[in-house]
Amino acid sequence: MSDEKLLVRMSVNGRKIERRVEPRLLLADFLRSELRLTGTHVGCAHGVCGACTVLINGNTGRSCIAFAVQMEGASIETVESLAGNGPLSPLQEAFHEHHALQCGFCTPGFLMTANQLLKRNPDPTEQEIRRALAGNLCRCTGYVNIVRAVKAAARKMRTAAAGTKSVPATPSANN
Amino acid sequence: MRSRLALTARHRLRLDLALPRIFRLKPAKFKYIAPNSSEEVVSHLASYNGEARCLSGGQSLLPLMNFRLIRPEALIDLNRCPGLDYLRRDDGQLVIGPMTTQSTVEYSDLVKTCCPLITKTMIYLGSPTIRNRGTIGGTLAHADRTAELPAVAVALEAELIAQSPMGIRRIAADDFFRGDLSTDLRTDEMLLEIRFPVSPAGSLSAFTEATNRHHDLALAGVAVHLELAEGGLVANARIVCNGIAPSPVRLKRVEQTLCGTRADDDAVRDAVQFSLEGVEPEGDIHASADYRSAALPRLVARALQQAVADGPRLQ
Repeated sequence: MSDEKLLVRMSVNGRKIERRVEPRLLLADFLRSELRLTGTHVGCAHGVCGACTVLINGNTGRSCIAFAVQMEGASIETVESLAGNGPLSPLQEAFHEHHALQCGFCTPGFLMTANQLLKRNPDPTEQEIRRALAGNLCRCTGYVNIVRAVKAAARKMRTAAAGTKSVPATPSANN
Repeated sequence: MRSRLALTARHRLRLDLALPRIFRLKPAKFKYIAPNSSEEVVSHLASYNGEARCLSGGQSLLPLMNFRLIRPEALIDLNRCPGLDYLRRDDGQLVIGPMTTQSTVEYSDLVKTCCPLITKTMIYLGSPTIRNRGTIGGTLAHADRTAELPAVAVALEAELIAQSPMGIRRIAADDFFRGDLSTDLRTDEMLLEIRFPVSPAGSLSAFTEATNRHHDLALAGVAVHLELAEGGLVANARIVCNGIAPSPVRLKRVEQTLCGTRADDDAVRDAVQFSLEGVEPEGDIHASADYRSAALPRLVARALQQAVADGPRLQ
């Protein structure tokens, strides 16, 4: 047992962060309480609901089942990174347009998970979207509008990518 | 006490600022240790005498800690220990470092070439987000009865390499899984490496399971591995279930019945009727024993048909 605080350095949404933390402090609570990035929500606190999903070194991870102290040298992106201070990202816009949220509690997790899906697979089928999102729980919408929004965002992002002649990211090996 | 309705937004903000110290700490206190080598890991394990746990992906360990179902005195983080994260083919074996993430294995061409059954099973392990953090060694050493990979390790006759301060020990998958969250690893041992024999050319494999939703916990699952001799007859069959008992269960009578057949529809039908022989699926809050007993033969049939439909491993 130990009350000792350990130094941890990481980058969060591009900002260098250095803090002393108790080892038992969860990443989700570190982001919310220490950094006041309250977009990341804690629903179940045991890795089932997906509301706390963030990107850890570019891959989705659940911040309620990771310790802040493990993030030494890591790069974290939270839902706040999607739009920054600018306009909403295409995915966020699509959630808005398709009424893909009601209470909004689960939305940050859905956005982060769907964002990774669209990076790996720019043109997912409905089945692929549902499989990718099956680890995120929403108690309000019945998922129909969420799936619709992800499809619409994918379409919009493909059109935008074709417009700028950039090649869409291909699904690639993880890590 | 003031009514909750009377709390204005500003009050609530103040509460939120005042309370996090109480509410944000979920696991009990522990000593965090991040060693640089497996030798250091096992010496720490030995010194804590069963009161320390290894932390790999944490996708099963942290939920238990958040609910304080376990309160280890120390966590030994393997994530800063170099050289535990690799995939290679070595002398007829697929060799996997314990800290290799499940996502890495899922997308690996080497794994798909050497042991297609592993690749076919990966999509059943948790959600993609869980697989990004969860490791191969973690799921094997945690030994949850619903986990898929222990059944696959038994089906493929994997060998698990354990390290302790005394040295290195090899454990056959058949002997490794000892019950709920319980393995043959001693308290001063860590899982150092997992070795899967490369599946022979022409072998057939499949995995299937019953769940309430895709990537929920398995109610029951079946891994199938069939090795064919010249002429297409089954020479070796391994059929292993997860989710029905504390550790993986081999369906030996089904295996025996399939050997010497062509695993065609008739042979599968004959073999499947022995799915419950010597096996007593257990009931719990997720599914009754009756449900599992009814589901198992159907899952065995589905897995065998899928293995045949997928066709033999090439090369």
